[in-house]
Amino acid sequence: MDRKKYNDEKKRYQETLSGCGCQDIEFTTVSGEEVGEIYTPDETEGFDYNEQLGFPGQYPYTRGVYPNMYRGRLWTQRQFAGFGTAKDTNGRYHYLLEHGQTGLSVAFDMPTIMGYDSDHKRSEGEVGRCGVAIDSLRDMEVLFDGIDLGAITTSMTINAPASILLAFYLCAGEKKGTAFDKMGGTIQNDILKEYIAQKSWIFPPEESLRIITNILAFCSDHVPRWNTISISGYHIREAGSTAIQELAFTLADGFAYVEAGIAAGLDVDKFAPRLSFFFNSHLDFFEEIVKYRAARRIWAKRMKEKYGAKNPKSLLLRFHTQTAGCTLTAQQPENNIVRTAFQAMSAVLGGTQSLHTNSMDETLALPSEKAVRIALRTQQIIAHETGVINTIDPLAGSYFIETRTNEMEEAAEAYFRKIDDLGGVVKAIDKGFFQREIQRSAYEYQKAFEAGRKVIVGLNRFKLENEEIDIPLLRIDEEVERQQKKAVQDARADRDNDKVARELERLKAAAEGTDNLMPVIIDCARCYATEGEIIDTLKGVFGEYKEPLFI
Amino acid sequence: MARKVRVLVAKPGLDGHDRGAKVVANALKDAGMEIIYTGLHQTPEMIAESAVQEDVDVVGLSILSGAHMTMFPRVMELMKEKGAEHIVIFGGGIIPAEDVEKLEKIGVARIFGPGTDTGDIVKFIRERFPEE
Amino acid sequence: MRERPSIESLLELFADGKVSAAARLITILEDGGKDAERVLDSIFQRTGNAYRIGFTGPPGAGKSSLLNRVTAKFRAKDHRVGIIAIDPTSPFTGGAFLGDRIRMQAHSEDPDVFVRSLASRGSLGGISNCTDEVVDLMDAFGKDLVLIETVGVGQSELEISEKAHTVVVVLVPESGDGIQAMKAGLMEIGDIFVMNKADHEDAEGAAREIQDTLRLKDIPEGEWEPKVVLTSAREETGIDDLIDVIEEHRRHLDEGGRFANMRKKILRSRVRNALMDRMERRLRASDKVRELLEQRMESVYRGEMSPYMVVRELEELVSIQ
Repeated sequence: MDRKKYNDEKKRYQETLSGCGCQDIEFTTVSGEEVGEIYTPDETEGFDYNEQLGFPGQYPYTRGVYPNMYRGRLWTQRQFAGFGTAKDTNGRYHYLLEHGQTGLSVAFDMPTIMGYDSDHKRSEGEVGRCGVAIDSLRDMEVLFDGIDLGAITTSMTINAPASILLAFYLCAGEKKGTAFDKMGGTIQNDILKEYIAQKSWIFPPEESLRIITNILAFCSDHVPRWNTISISGYHIREAGSTAIQELAFTLADGFAYVEAGIAAGLDVDKFAPRLSFFFNSHLDFFEEIVKYRAARRIWAKRMKEKYGAKNPKSLLLRFHTQTAGCTLTAQQPENNIVRTAFQAMSAVLGGTQSLHTNSMDETLALPSEKAVRIALRTQQIIAHETGVINTIDPLAGSYFIETRTNEMEEAAEAYFRKIDDLGGVVKAIDKGFFQREIQRSAYEYQKAFEAGRKVIVGLNRFKLENEEIDIPLLRIDEEVERQQKKAVQDARADRDNDKVARELERLKAAAEGTDNLMPVIIDCARCYATEGEIIDTLKGVFGEYKEPLFI
Repeated sequence: MARKVRVLVAKPGLDGHDRGAKVVANALKDAGMEIIYTGLHQTPEMIAESAVQEDVDVVGLSILSGAHMTMFPRVMELMKEKGAEHIVIFGGGIIPAEDVEKLEKIGVARIFGPGTDTGDIVKFIRERFPEE
Repeated sequence: MRERPSIESLLELFADGKVSAAARLITILEDGGKDAERVLDSIFQRTGNAYRIGFTGPPGAGKSSLLNRVTAKFRAKDHRVGIIAIDPTSPFTGGAFLGDRIRMQAHSEDPDVFVRSLASRGSLGGISNCTDEVVDLMDAFGKDLVLIETVGVGQSELEISEKAHTVVVVLVPESGDGIQAMKAGLMEIGDIFVMNKADHEDAEGAAREIQDTLRLKDIPEGEWEPKVVLTSAREETGIDDLIDVIEEHRRHLDEGGRFANMRKKILRSRVRNALMDRMERRLRASDKVRELLEQRMESVYRGEMSPYMVVRELEELVSIQ
């Protein structure tokens, strides 16, 4: 390049630019980061392709975890679904599979997530509301009726009681004749982000981490195709964090699990390949893309350099993405289709392995069948019509993209140092560090929106007066709760209660000692002990986590 | 001394989505009100008793789990039992329009949906309890 | 919507043990003024039965969790417990975030536990001006133990020692709380020092440090020697020890008329403070005083009168026999 010409031209450009004037708005990302008006070779000077990018499927994996990416195989189109009874949700699964969905994803109701049976007092009004109610193996059998668990993979959004729902799933497959090692899927099982953002905890952090390392060890021996933790930034972002915070906190959680596994005496290369990630895809198109690219690079580098991983699979940051539920508006809900489409596109350009696209009506209620279909079609349009799958990591080498990817990485590293200074993730949770950071970002964003500095179409600009919402909503019949209560009571009456009592006693002893809990939990599941019974037994030994208050 | 507006902000139900509740609590505090924050997983009994002991003027409940038709009526009932019908109850969360109508009928003063400007909530309270 | 039932009817309901009436009377006390005085006048005869325990310490020391545990223990001993949790009012907005209840919700359905959150409002320290009155009300309402929780910043420490019979200072091992405590004057006022979060690796060392500092204090023969207790509100350890030490301190006060003297001292300082407060308000409200002051200030500005000359003249104007 003719350097002199470049310098002259740049100078001339800058002079012209300063005479141009700008609109009186903030040019910041949705996270409030300032971005430049133009990026040039000056920003990427000293850029080392081998060091910073590498080829797809090669260290440090910035360009993607597989050499052929979507040319080899599209991302998994995985729509999160669950409502009512197991039978209701089973119907939705058959519908989604018939319409071309390639993996299942279970949403559980709040009582299941919090470890209460459907007939517990605290479950009142919540059974089957925002997910499917599962109380015992019996419900799990109904949930997957007519579905071959050896042929599909299933993702289960479950954390504190993940060990139990996994046990139910494995037993349901086993009863249909599918061996443990033939079943594949994911449990979220990311308890750290519960303390940080999502707040569906049951046990205190140390006890929770023990259960998690038990799952890591059990699955690497017996369920090798299972993704044991889906380390999740999604909820951190939904709770109001910025993109950088989502990236940094999620990876910090990931490293904390790796450290817990190593501390429990496990071989990092045995369990790390089954760790996967779950990110949010928010509104700021490029900011999201660089977040995914930076994430892959940071993970690979640390796994190799800090944790001494040798297996290349341990270095791969594979991730699921969900478009950002918190960006959807109840006003002019059809606009949400457009938002979701852009968010899905940045996830694909960022190299996601699987994707959930939100339905337009999710700020109003549970998604209706039609809304879910449009959301799925959005993915199919991206995959089959737009041509973005043809070229791998097409944005690489852009001055802007590479500069911002580097900046993301540096900002995340700064957070890692802060977390280290606080004594690690669990200590930082104790001190409310993450919680405060997220709350502050959430409040800042709200204030920026209310001051009109951030625009949300249909909310603070381009509003529609007297809007009639014309979207059919899915309603959960009150009958569901009654039915499910009866079902769990019937299940308790139908089983060998002496055996259940014995198995729960064994579980208590195992929890008090140091044995792996998974085999015992599976035995409890097999004889139809309910989730609530298993959780209560563990609570008796581990205690419960209490909400801290940080403001 | 001028009377301060006291507001109880609570999250009934089992879900942990407290972003909204905390943003609203912060905004009301910044508007000069005293916020009693009781946090997650509150039962209607806990909410009603806290509201009475704290002698609040207003109770704000955030519900996103879909349990609103169980939670609100129970809270309203308990308020009545405890002789605290004078306390203004409002809510926030994902609540379908037809349920909003039903809730307003049993005395819930207002439901604020997603995308609410916190200034509107401040205004709603100030209209009922002007600064003295 | 602001109208409330008459004070008379509230007092009647209060006498019947209605929590809602007690709560509304507290609001009247908080708002101050003539109504507050009327309420206090009519309940005061029924006070004097509650033992008052103050809990103070830096933010984040785990005071609310500790109070929650302590309350459970006192309830098991059949005490009726009132809790006053005070948090600071923002000097910028006048708003306050009162979050202590979050730790105490386990007791929210127990009719023998009454929790009230107060904002410090106009007060300079971390304590509310009407704390004494609210304690009185809980006392008159039949609570035989009143726990007062304040954030140990600014001047609240001294205030709490004027309001409580036993003062518990709550500290945590991390972040050099010990040194902070000495600086903030907490060492002077604590009857009991709690090193909370005893599961922390540095807890015992930190407790020893406090103990060593306390030994340097010159305590007259027979007087109370401050005790240090290790607790963990999370692990529920040391709570029984703390209760024992609180009861020991109470017994110590009961001996030789110490408690009666302390009570007199507390009441005396309340009267004195109320009087000073009233006098100051009256001075500020007096037109005569203001007029004379404004006139004389001109002379002070010109150097013709010293400040004391003005004060003497004003003193004559308001002279109290």
